[in-house]
Amino acid sequence: MTALDRKLLRDLRLMWSQVLTIALVVASGVGGFITSLSAVDSLALARERFYASGHFADVFASVKRAPNSLAATLLTLPGVADVQTTIEQVVRIELPGVLDPVLGQLIGVDARVPARMNLVTLRNGRLLDAGAEQAIPALVSAGFADARGLRPGARLSALINGKRRTLQVTGIALSPEFIFAGMQGAPDLRGFGVFWVPRDALAAAYDMDGAFNRLAIKLAPGASERAVLDALSAQLTRYGSREAHGRKEQTSHAILDSEIKQQRVLGTLLPLIFLGVAAFLLNVVVSRLVATQREQIAALKALGYPNVTIGVHYLKLVLVIVIFGSILGVGLGNVLGRQFLHLYAESFQFPSFQYTMAPWLLLVSISITLVTAALGTLNAILATVRLAPAEAMRPQAPGHYRRTLIERLGITRIPPALRMILRNMERRPLRTALSIGGVAASVSIVVMGNFFSDAIDYVVDAQFNVGLRSDVVLWMPEAAADSARHELARLPGVTMVESGRDVAVRFINGHLSQRGAIQGLAQHAQLRRIVDIDKHVVNWLDDDGLVMTDRLAAKLGLKVGQSVRVEVLEGAQRTVAVPLAAVVREMMGLNAYMERRALNQLLQEGDLSTQFALAIERGREPELLLASKQLPRVIGAFSKATVLRNMQEVTARNIRIMSTVLTLFATVIAVGVVYNNARISLAERTWELASLRVLGFTRAEVSGLLLGEMAIGIALALPLGMLMGFWMVQLVSQLVASDQFLFPAVIQPSTYAWSALVVLSAAAASALVVRRRIDKLDMVAALKTRE
Amino acid sequence: MTDATAAATPTAPVVFSAHALCKVYRSGELEVHALRDVELEIHRGEFVVLLGASGSGKSTLLNILGGLDVPSSGEVRFGDTVLTAASEKDLTTYRREHVGFVFQFYNLIPSLTVRENLALVTDIAVNPMSVDEAIDRVGLTPRRDHFPAQLSGGEQQRVAIARAIVKRPDVLLCDEPTGALDYVTGKLVLEVIAKINVELGTTAVVITHNASIAGMADRVIYLGDGRIQKVEMNAHKISPSELKW
Repeated sequence: MTALDRKLLRDLRLMWSQVLTIALVVASGVGGFITSLSAVDSLALARERFYASGHFADVFASVKRAPNSLAATLLTLPGVADVQTTIEQVVRIELPGVLDPVLGQLIGVDARVPARMNLVTLRNGRLLDAGAEQAIPALVSAGFADARGLRPGARLSALINGKRRTLQVTGIALSPEFIFAGMQGAPDLRGFGVFWVPRDALAAAYDMDGAFNRLAIKLAPGASERAVLDALSAQLTRYGSREAHGRKEQTSHAILDSEIKQQRVLGTLLPLIFLGVAAFLLNVVVSRLVATQREQIAALKALGYPNVTIGVHYLKLVLVIVIFGSILGVGLGNVLGRQFLHLYAESFQFPSFQYTMAPWLLLVSISITLVTAALGTLNAILATVRLAPAEAMRPQAPGHYRRTLIERLGITRIPPALRMILRNMERRPLRTALSIGGVAASVSIVVMGNFFSDAIDYVVDAQFNVGLRSDVVLWMPEAAADSARHELARLPGVTMVESGRDVAVRFINGHLSQRGAIQGLAQHAQLRRIVDIDKHVVNWLDDDGLVMTDRLAAKLGLKVGQSVRVEVLEGAQRTVAVPLAAVVREMMGLNAYMERRALNQLLQEGDLSTQFALAIERGREPELLLASKQLPRVIGAFSKATVLRNMQEVTARNIRIMSTVLTLFATVIAVGVVYNNARISLAERTWELASLRVLGFTRAEVSGLLLGEMAIGIALALPLGMLMGFWMVQLVSQLVASDQFLFPAVIQPSTYAWSALVVLSAAAASALVVRRRIDKLDMVAALKTRE
Repeated sequence: MTDATAAATPTAPVVFSAHALCKVYRSGELEVHALRDVELEIHRGEFVVLLGASGSGKSTLLNILGGLDVPSSGEVRFGDTVLTAASEKDLTTYRREHVGFVFQFYNLIPSLTVRENLALVTDIAVNPMSVDEAIDRVGLTPRRDHFPAQLSGGEQQRVAIARAIVKRPDVLLCDEPTGALDYVTGKLVLEVIAKINVELGTTAVVITHNASIAGMADRVIYLGDGRIQKVEMNAHKISPSELKW
């Protein structure tokens, strides 16, 4: 080993605390990047594989009832490669000892004809066989089975067409159609299950012999989905077509897709910001670090070492730190990425979930850090090696100090210590700006990391406390007379009933169209309210106008006052024109609302409702849920407490975990920056401070000079960083916004407080270290080594 | 103008020759003339002391001879090589192969031990002596595994001398080698330099503002205000141990 390399190792050991903190900054940047992107990459890959192996269909459609022979006709449509029909029904499921409302989607499969699309993969147990007497054999979706602890052999009952039937679980299964299983997009593993049952049994129960109500289509290569959908609609209308749509509107796919897209944006954007900030800080820290070695560089030059060798020596020093940090970051990213994938595995059901870390992730994250660190180093070394060695060996010429701006403005009664601090800061504005900018950047990423927790809390509050104020929503399979309301009001514990009417429609404005639903709400709704992103309640449903989510209106190119064509997709299908009365900036979904009675009038139907929102006395919900099971016409119940719990346990928890990880990374970066800034400031000014001690300054006074500068820097960096954090949050929420979701850019005061606390604690700890070093300043030695 | 050429030892070949050497430092609006029209020849094996007050230009002259700095005008030759025409890269090679430096504040690498500080040079030198031999020559064998911070000032300066001679340089350039040392230690260091000069035949140029040291030189060059004021030949060199100040 050459002497120069030995110097390298010794220097590294000597600066261990700085080496460690810089390496941790690198590790946090690289780790954050790899964690989120590797997890989402693995998720996307698992989806691709499952779609391929499970032959996931391209187009889906529902009809009321169509003869099986129609399949052959549909197969002749241009662009259609294959057609597969099934019978499907949503039913109420009852589990022994469970009060929570549970819905089951029954899918009839023909064991004699192997499926060609949406293949069901058996995870464990047996395929469907002739079940025991009177029990219908069923394969249960894995997510539901796991959440409810169902094993092959378990029995549960289903309310099939008004009759209570027993389902016997023969196996646990997975399907590309139900990677995500849940009603209305809420991840509800406990409340929603998919059951594959013999087609005959379902056909018999619903009088569907020789008929189907659901079909899946595989498109021919290069076929236009739009053209097939149009052709399909034309064919299916007379069979009571409810909808025909591509993968984009398939529930599981849409949820999974938006999750992947969202995570990819977050997973790229946030870590890139992190990595960028880490790299910037690395650059600043490293260049200052090298600059403090000016005299050693000069000595090496005097001994005849060429510039290149010296440059390589310091590059090695920095590269060792960066590589150490990168290895740490990759390891961390690998571990955390797997953990994230485990979180995904709880909401998304795949036969196999393989963790992969794409090589490009390593390449990109490590090269970004390496290059910026190398640039920072070279920059600092160039400044030193460019000097003639004789000059470099001399202490730097006294800088050009002058009166500070404040003094020039006429404020002259400044204490000498403060004057020194201010002049020092003003003399090297770039360096001062960089170190303040560095601390501000770390404040901003702490804010950004924590923001996601704030946002999800805000969403939950807006949706569940402000908007949905009922405790339970009961709904019917088909619109029923609103008079049922009076019956429900007599159920135990019910204090208020509010009826609603939902109808599936297609909105059309010129060539723009969008499938959706109109939700008919009460005129002055108390229990189901429309809430905008500012948590303002919209409570002025017009007599005959629509209120739409602003994104939906924008998608349709609609302005308030214009009319939109509404194609009703259920019942007596008709097309009507309705004016757009108002738009509302909602956070979730593409919704359209009308006053319920006006909606019924528009449909030329009587006083009908599809759902009832109930407010219940505290503690009496179980009683009510039990009673509701005796109502055969009620297909499902939506308990706010259950949904809220599901949301808190899955979606909100995932976001909180991600937020916590990001905040931790950001915290490490902040500590690394503040600590290194303090240490380097000390190294740069040891001589000056020792001289002051010789002149009779006390330790406290001398520390005050250095720490005072640090304090002023941080005092400036905190508000600046919070402002930067605010901007970044605005940017992130804009970039993450999709059709379905508007992420509220809200930052709680506690998040600002936390970011300040992190930086202040790091500063206090660094100040202690610096103070201890100042106390141990060797005045004589410091003076001896300079002229 | 006084010129030192005439007074040089005529017998040995010329190592350094300087002609019309000027150096001007610019510091803001100020111009400092560190050297004005200096003419100089130094011969192989010679022990030269440059004497002068602070600011007389002696450090500037030494730095230019050592390739650490370049003059504003004039010419310097090392043997046949014109240093003033040399590139940065050539100067680096020149320092590496021919020059040993000793500085007032030692300039040792604090993170390396005595032996490792020397190894720093032997790693890149063409024909160095062994590290242990160089340490032995300055009498520091027992302390060869110590770090600079564990050595006294005199010991550190002896390490610096060992580091300077381990490459077997043609010239040993010492800038106030005793400036930071006490009387006894200072004399010890000067003895080592004299010994190297005699035993290895290395040309030595020593800067000092301490006139008493002049007695140990072959030739004393007095600088003042950037010019050579006078040159004295010592008919009888005295040993450093006999020096008094």
